[in-house]
Amino acid sequence: MSAIQIPATVARKSFIELNARDRANSLIDMGSGKELAGPFDQMESPWLPLQGVTPQFDDGCIVIKGTIANKAAVVVALEGAFQGGSIGEVSGAKMTAALDLATEDSLAGKPTAAVLLLETGGVRLQEANLGLVAVSEVVSSILALRRYAPVITVIAGSVGCFGGMSLAAGVSSYIVMTREARLGLNGPEVIEQESGVDEFDSSDRALIWAIHGGEQRVGMGLADSLVADSVDDIATAVQRYVAAGALAAHRSEQAALYRDRIAALDTAQQFDPLALRKQWAAKQPGGAK
Amino acid sequence: MSEQVGLRGRLWFQTLTGVSSPQSGDPGTIMSASALAGNQQALYLCVVPNAGSRFPCVRDGQVGLEEAYTLATHLRALMEADRDRPRAEKSPIIAVVDVKSQAYGRREETAGIHFAAAVASDAYGSARFAGHPVIALVAGHAFSGGFLTHGYQANRILAFDDAGVIIHAMHKEAAARVTRRSVADLERLGHEIAPMSYDIRDFAKLGILHQLLHVDNPLQPGPGEIEMVKQAIAEAIEDARSGPADLSNRLDSAEAKNTRKAGIAVRELVRQQWRNA
Repeated sequence: MSAIQIPATVARKSFIELNARDRANSLIDMGSGKELAGPFDQMESPWLPLQGVTPQFDDGCIVIKGTIANKAAVVVALEGAFQGGSIGEVSGAKMTAALDLATEDSLAGKPTAAVLLLETGGVRLQEANLGLVAVSEVVSSILALRRYAPVITVIAGSVGCFGGMSLAAGVSSYIVMTREARLGLNGPEVIEQESGVDEFDSSDRALIWAIHGGEQRVGMGLADSLVADSVDDIATAVQRYVAAGALAAHRSEQAALYRDRIAALDTAQQFDPLALRKQWAAKQPGGAK
Repeated sequence: MSEQVGLRGRLWFQTLTGVSSPQSGDPGTIMSASALAGNQQALYLCVVPNAGSRFPCVRDGQVGLEEAYTLATHLRALMEADRDRPRAEKSPIIAVVDVKSQAYGRREETAGIHFAAAVASDAYGSARFAGHPVIALVAGHAFSGGFLTHGYQANRILAFDDAGVIIHAMHKEAAARVTRRSVADLERLGHEIAPMSYDIRDFAKLGILHQLLHVDNPLQPGPGEIEMVKQAIAEAIEDARSGPADLSNRLDSAEAKNTRKAGIAVRELVRQQWRNA
């Protein structure tokens, strides 16, 4: 009697199905991780209770320091199931603090990579201006660290990475995405609200993934690695980028190249995502591969 | 708010630089000029509305693809030109801010507006880290992704103390929808909860601003008021030169120590535990 063949899609361990803490732990070398400002420290949002919203003891942001493939690293994971992974004062400060400490250690001779697991709709509107300023500070702290150690953004799904935090992804050294992941500044619902259903029909799932989906973003050179929804595959991609180290030049420093690419587009009608992907993929700028 | 977004930005850019039209080769939405700030030659940048823009979703003063990449290109060119100068002699950069929001369009999302915004904030932030004093003058609106793209990487932020000045993550109607409140509820909450407020004096309580500047009518400034603003910019440049290149100064003010105390406390806790981890 032959053994039953279990398809790889069934046998593999899903990353998307994990919560933020389990995701972060799955990337850290076994036994090396320590959670910082964890739930027992009870650092919660002071603003949510004032508005009748139940806060969470970790504010939806998990920070785990340890090693990845034996190199110093910190993983910061946003919990998409808490307030849509939104950035508030406390969650933003946790991320900034982790990035800044990684920079300090890197400058002191111990390069420390940062891995950002971004499942977020962007700024937490109940903390509005403290969320927006937090995004500007996260971006600044990524710029400081990436000169000395890699900053690796992972967008797995299913929330995706939208709003201000899409800028944090944009300035990262490397971006890893799954097919289920999405990356953009404005979500489809927001565009439909602001500019009308003719501009963007947020019920059109195929359109959404054609524009924001991981395959498209990697294909057009705005993300680096397309991986399956698998703990092993994502861990392997992250380990590869940690080992590759800091980049000498970053994608988001290429202002003139992208200005010229935009200047070459015909704006008379909507852009065809596939055509744009082929056009931009033809000559990939340097940076990560 | 009947006043059109962008009028103040354009007026103050012209007042500070004497330049009233975009540079050739730039889109009609970007004003860029080299002009004096104090006794130093500085790069002034402003995003203005252009009803004839080839991108429909930026025509009312939103920041889109062309705007972000053009700002970044000017900033990168300045950094390159100043590359061999010592930090103390890097040219100042002044962002005059009056932006409605980021562009909410399908063209923009398809071509990756998140990345365009990242490229512009990278350019502003990298200029700051290279030693360029980066000053934002918020003359009108500074909303959301528009402000992140143009101005929020500044190491000193000045704003007019005026009802027409609003810094916020999302305009009232949209914020009300997303948080499932009425606009009236949102306005009431804003008075009780400083980070939610649309009032610039409440924003000042967050400790993020370097200075509030009083001009009776920012659309019709008098000569003395213009001089005062120029002086404030020159002082902000000197203050930025004497401080750190990162954004840590935003947490140093008495206002920040009060309003942002939860964020300051968690940073301190992460630091302590990091050292012991």
